[in-house]
Amino acid sequence: MSIEQREARQPWILLTPALTAISLLLIVPLMFIVVYSFWLKSAVGADTPGFYLDNWTEVLTDRFYRDILLNTLKIAAITTVACALLGYPAAYFISRSKGNKMILLLLLMLPFWISYIIRTMSWINILGVSGALNSAMIHVGLIDEPIQMLYNQTTVILGLVHFLLPFMVLNIFVSLDGIDTNLEDAASSLGATRWQGFLQVTLPLSLPGLAAGGLLCFVLAAGTYITPVILGGPPDAMFANLVYEAIIRQLNWPLGSALSLLLLIVLGVLVLIYNRYLGMAQLAKGLG
Amino acid sequence: MGWSLIRTYTILVYLFMFLPIVVVVLLSFNANQFGSFPMTGLSTRWFEALWNNDAILRAFRTSIVLGLMTATISTVLGVLASLALVRYKIPGRNLITTLLIAPILVPEVVLAVALLLFLNFLNIGKSFTLLLAGHVIFTLPFVILVVQARLVSIRRDVEEAALSLGASPMQTFFSVTLPLLMPAVAAGGLFAFTISFDDITGTLFWKPGGIETVPTQIFSMLRNSISPEINALGTVIIVLTVGLPLIGVAVARILARRSGV
Repeated sequence: MSIEQREARQPWILLTPALTAISLLLIVPLMFIVVYSFWLKSAVGADTPGFYLDNWTEVLTDRFYRDILLNTLKIAAITTVACALLGYPAAYFISRSKGNKMILLLLLMLPFWISYIIRTMSWINILGVSGALNSAMIHVGLIDEPIQMLYNQTTVILGLVHFLLPFMVLNIFVSLDGIDTNLEDAASSLGATRWQGFLQVTLPLSLPGLAAGGLLCFVLAAGTYITPVILGGPPDAMFANLVYEAIIRQLNWPLGSALSLLLLIVLGVLVLIYNRYLGMAQLAKGLG
Repeated sequence: MGWSLIRTYTILVYLFMFLPIVVVVLLSFNANQFGSFPMTGLSTRWFEALWNNDAILRAFRTSIVLGLMTATISTVLGVLASLALVRYKIPGRNLITTLLIAPILVPEVVLAVALLLFLNFLNIGKSFTLLLAGHVIFTLPFVILVVQARLVSIRRDVEEAALSLGASPMQTFFSVTLPLLMPAVAAGGLFAFTISFDDITGTLFWKPGGIETVPTQIFSMLRNSISPEINALGTVIIVLTVGLPLIGVAVARILARRSGV
């Protein structure tokens, strides 16, 4: 074998373990649940292999599933918009501040390292019946009895925003930091106000970061399982809760497969649209 | 005027991010027996209760073992793959990159269901093996992204110099490339460990009955009600998860300085 041939083979040897792992533990399992979603659950014993459309008919026509899917997408959309509204000014401040940008960014990323479940549960300490807010309001005489502020859709969204905001800020920051500040100066020297300069120069140039952050927030919010369980009430179930219910509690694996795939397809379409217009490179930038 | 408005807004955003965490830490030192407001004094009783809680200690041990094994496997796989992607021109590079970061793009529940059902089909039921496989696949993309970002900055000619001076490729890898890579390896491993330690959604699908990791333990404790013990556990985790990466960064810096790059 020549040196060139050996050289050409080396990267594939290095890639083999990772690609094998991804194929065996992600790609093949995904194909497997496609097949599984056409099987039938048996009352006793193993599920019946075959090609039955029952699960898909149920998943696609049952109002219950459709309502929860729509509710999930609504919660994810509100969360994404809230993250953008909170995150954009903060990212702008960090990227344009004269102080140490990296420290400011690191500080905002700090909660990202802190356990998701701890951060979610921490809102109970604040909004719960014996939480900080109720105690404070009783203390100043605003209310006499504690109010239950938890376990509704608003607190689910609050928890999700708290969880996902760092992703949004980081992505917008990466985009804003790459913009030449001379462009804004040029706009103002040509007579634009600061606000006009921002709207017509900076904002359009930072849209890729906003889109990447938005996609991440939306996909992560729509797939969330824990937040609605901890901070929501029974009517606030999201799609992942349905999947858990079907797979772990009812042990209806064919139906659970169909439900998982429906979620994957809906979110996958979004990712594909994103990829078509912006490409994956922006996303990788924000994650690295 | 506009600028100070943005600054105030940003401060409020930071407060929003940190206030709940501060409250957790504060309440964990609360002497009040229900662990709620108003605080009646400072005490470490909840940390003592934590230390005597066997279930939590077991969960800690499980999480640490799982995290270390996940980090080791993910880092080895991730470093090898990153070397290939950064150091070689290979056809289909974009497709391979997309494939390697695919686990981030698939919602975690879907990934959890697919892996559970497929491995069950292969007669590997809910077990530690399934948990480990899941955590590896879930952390691998993050390791690859972090390691790749660092690898780009390591110069190729140092290795070529070693080779031209008569070192074998193996010698070159272990005495030149690997030491230069250490910061990337450390960062990738730490990232994988943290993600594995923190994971709950996949873990709930994969874990066998009787095995709890720290997050699933907290989750099952929350079912009863929020006890001050959970806040104490939260404080310990906050110290660990914030402290560990900071130590990691410091170690990486020292290693980077020693290797002279």
